[in-house]
Amino acid sequence: MVEIFPNLEIAYGEIFLAIGAMLLLMVGVFKKDSVNLVSWLAVGFIVITMFLSLAVRSDQTFTLSNLFVVDGFTQFMKILVLVASALAVIMSREFFRLEGEDRFEFPVLMVLATVGMMIMVSANDLMSLYMGIELQSLSLYVLAAFKRDSEKSTEAGLKYFVLGALSSGILLYGCSLIYGFIGSTNFSSIATAVAGIEEGSASVGVIVGLVFVLAGLAFKVSAVPFHMWTPDVYEGSQTPVTAFFSVAPKVAALALLARTLYVPFGDLSGSWAQVVIFMSVASMILGSFAAIMQTNIKRLMAYSSIGHVGFALLGLIAGNAEGIRGVMIYMAIYLVMNVGMFVCIMSMRRKEEGMVEDIADLSGLAQNHPVMAAFISIFMFSLAGVPPLAGFFAKWYVIIPIVNAGYFTLATIAVLASVVGAYYYIRIVKVMYFDAPAEEFVPQKSLPMKVIVTLSAILVLAFIAPQVSSPVLDHAQAAAQGLSQK
Amino acid sequence: MEYFPILSTITFLPLLGVLIILSINGEKEIVERNSRNAALLTTVATFLFSLVLWFSFDKSTAGFQFVEEAKWLGGGIQYKMGIDGISVLFVLLTTFIMPICILCGWDTIKKRVKEYMIAFLLLECFMIGVFCTLDLVLFYVFFEAGLIPMFLIIGIWGGDNRVYAAYKLFLYTLLGSVLMLVAMLYMYGQAGTTDIPTLMQFNFNPHAQTWLFLAFFASFAVKMPMWPVHTWLPDAHVQAPTAGSVILAGILLKMGGYGFLRFSLPMFPVASEQLAWLIYLLSCIAIIYTSLVALRQTDMKKLIAYSSVAHMGFVTIGIFAFNIQGIEGSIVVMLAHGFVASALFLCVGVVYDRLHTRDIDRYGGLVNIMPKYALVFMFFTMASVGLPGTANFVGEVLVLVGIFKVSTWTTFFALFGVILGAAYMLYLYRRVVFGDLTKEDLKAMLDLDKREILIFAPLVILTLWLGVYPTSFMDFIHVSVDNLVTQHEASMATYHAAVQTVAGN
Repeated sequence: MVEIFPNLEIAYGEIFLAIGAMLLLMVGVFKKDSVNLVSWLAVGFIVITMFLSLAVRSDQTFTLSNLFVVDGFTQFMKILVLVASALAVIMSREFFRLEGEDRFEFPVLMVLATVGMMIMVSANDLMSLYMGIELQSLSLYVLAAFKRDSEKSTEAGLKYFVLGALSSGILLYGCSLIYGFIGSTNFSSIATAVAGIEEGSASVGVIVGLVFVLAGLAFKVSAVPFHMWTPDVYEGSQTPVTAFFSVAPKVAALALLARTLYVPFGDLSGSWAQVVIFMSVASMILGSFAAIMQTNIKRLMAYSSIGHVGFALLGLIAGNAEGIRGVMIYMAIYLVMNVGMFVCIMSMRRKEEGMVEDIADLSGLAQNHPVMAAFISIFMFSLAGVPPLAGFFAKWYVIIPIVNAGYFTLATIAVLASVVGAYYYIRIVKVMYFDAPAEEFVPQKSLPMKVIVTLSAILVLAFIAPQVSSPVLDHAQAAAQGLSQK
Repeated sequence: MEYFPILSTITFLPLLGVLIILSINGEKEIVERNSRNAALLTTVATFLFSLVLWFSFDKSTAGFQFVEEAKWLGGGIQYKMGIDGISVLFVLLTTFIMPICILCGWDTIKKRVKEYMIAFLLLECFMIGVFCTLDLVLFYVFFEAGLIPMFLIIGIWGGDNRVYAAYKLFLYTLLGSVLMLVAMLYMYGQAGTTDIPTLMQFNFNPHAQTWLFLAFFASFAVKMPMWPVHTWLPDAHVQAPTAGSVILAGILLKMGGYGFLRFSLPMFPVASEQLAWLIYLLSCIAIIYTSLVALRQTDMKKLIAYSSVAHMGFVTIGIFAFNIQGIEGSIVVMLAHGFVASALFLCVGVVYDRLHTRDIDRYGGLVNIMPKYALVFMFFTMASVGLPGTANFVGEVLVLVGIFKVSTWTTFFALFGVILGAAYMLYLYRRVVFGDLTKEDLKAMLDLDKREILIFAPLVILTLWLGVYPTSFMDFIHVSVDNLVTQHEASMATYHAAVQTVAGN
């Protein structure tokens, strides 16, 4: 069914941001020294996009020949992506002002990546899925290699590009298999076709295709065994890029993964559940154990993010609305904790050495910068999942559906992995509070940074209060209902 | 006063103190002085508020009192507070011990005073919360949250090997608790609510009960601590600052016993009964083995730490005797241990502050220069041994009477603990206090000062009070324990009837 005049109303947000990105490019090219302007314009555009996405009615609507879908779930995830992007642009602005390396392309690329992520979240067809992923990935490759004269950054970019291209290839191959065996790329049509297949008698071609698609998506969320790039890219990229990487693309890719598994292949859950279980368990375990030996805080955050993805995947395994809700809550809380933590990492700057990123550099921080140390420990305890902080509730809401679905062993493995994880998180607290002070950092003077970190810390602390948590819980609840009903 | 939220007030009052301390700025000395004062005022105020419970608690009902409910996370998870006869005394114990802890670090804590006071006030909030809450999730939140301040207290203000001890405490306890978390999630899935009174009435499938019991056991046994998962305790005690040890011995250990009484017994009655042998076995091993270990210690704090493990063995035996004497006895042992072990750690703290060593061999003959100290120390040594007229005696006799009805062998082995307890405590006392004053550096030591006497006086009074006239405490717990035992017997009768029907068919 081809519409002559597609109903573009629900895609206004994406259209606006895409045009905005081009506009920013123009401004950047034709106006000298316009980095500041471009950055703040980018933030403005993202905020406007947020409103545009919110303005759409949240009941399910398709457009562009069913390539594009909007519902409560996409809205929720898009808001997360947009918030993460806006914060990342602000953070990078403050970062580059001190570091030099000011280039207007930076915010433009971030905005383009954000458009890609929004399309990923709203994709309802293997074509739009691939388009979104590529738009996002290509922008991210450049961002990773942004510091041209640094070997590490170039290496990160190259590594990310080569592996990313490989995974895109795998994904595309999977898509073609699915198209070959089912005869459609549209999620709704695939769902209808799959619903007709009897339990256990799905053709191997479809299953292999699905597994290939899963592998491609697993690369994007950096789930084990497709995580290899993560630590190197996180370490090599500049810190604001890492901050961006660690949240927005993950949210988008998880949203896409959730839709792909639930909508077209919801009836094949018996086949994909084992794969997701494996990825989840392996990510949690590897994320916890490999992080123990790290000395670089950004590498540590990389492994931490692998572990957290493992937890978020748990929610998908249950295969019901409760699970999706868990994933959504998890990503929302993860976003806040991570953004806050990266602001702290960006504040690790010494007079002579410039930016430092070793864990040992945090030594005795509690005595030199008690406030910053308190913030970092709040984020660390929260990432470790210790109540009463938000991270605990994130874990709570993904483990409930697992236990209700009867996966007790899985739940036990998850909580045990979180204990191992706690070991390396509290190591940071130990370094800051118990060890002798190292040289002082330059105090963080930027107001936006202070606001971001304080707000995230307050949110992490106050999530326990129903005034803070219930809006998130209620929205996630409503949105999850929509997705699991298809 | 019916609608005044007294329990929330007591629980969160310490947080107000934290906010006040956070707002103190200025010169180092002023900040330190004001932080101390603010912390002391807050804890005393909390104690005074909690006295309301002492006076207006209705001793004639087994139900929950002072209940508060509010919307929280939704989906059957509520903010709910309330106390009954089992928890009320623990709340009072906590609020009572806290001012003592603050006073005990008054002069001795010299670095980062502000943070120290904040950590203790946070800890107080979480501990009171554990005993007051009537919601499973809220319980877990308070139960775990207490780890954060305790980790910092040991790690920042502890001894030489403090980092190791802090890690061990944190990871051990967390490991036990996360298993309990999985069990809680299962219970939530089954019952659809996390309301504790409702869950107590909910009959879990007997097969599932075993797993749930074991999961809760993992958490409470570590917290208690029971042999063989007690090894974090000696390390934590030895490295913690004196006030930290007092909190650990006085209150944190009681959370395990409280947990058994609040969750394991009423919610998993069948599993409790079936696995009681395991508890007896581990407790007897704990009592005898740790007493023997205590006998060989050269570090005073370690000795008392091991004696704590042995005393906690009595508590678990009493709880799993499933009769009124046993359970009441175990609660009394916990209270008594709260006073006596706290006081003993304070006694160690007194000499440690003067000589900065806990090595028993470095002391000897203190009676010659510190008569007041020798008297206080002797009083608490005797109390720990279980001299009639002191608190421990009442509890231990009740526990032994209770367990004797159920298992004579367990009684037999537990009695060794009483004998060995006398041996290691008197041996400790002889080595530290009696003998000639031969060591040069001891001769300059001063006797107890006013602050220290002020700290010990209430503990002495309460130990005697609980020992001589336990009725004023037992009145609080009697009806609730009676109800607990009746409920337990009823659910066991239902279970046996059900088993017989199945067998009959």
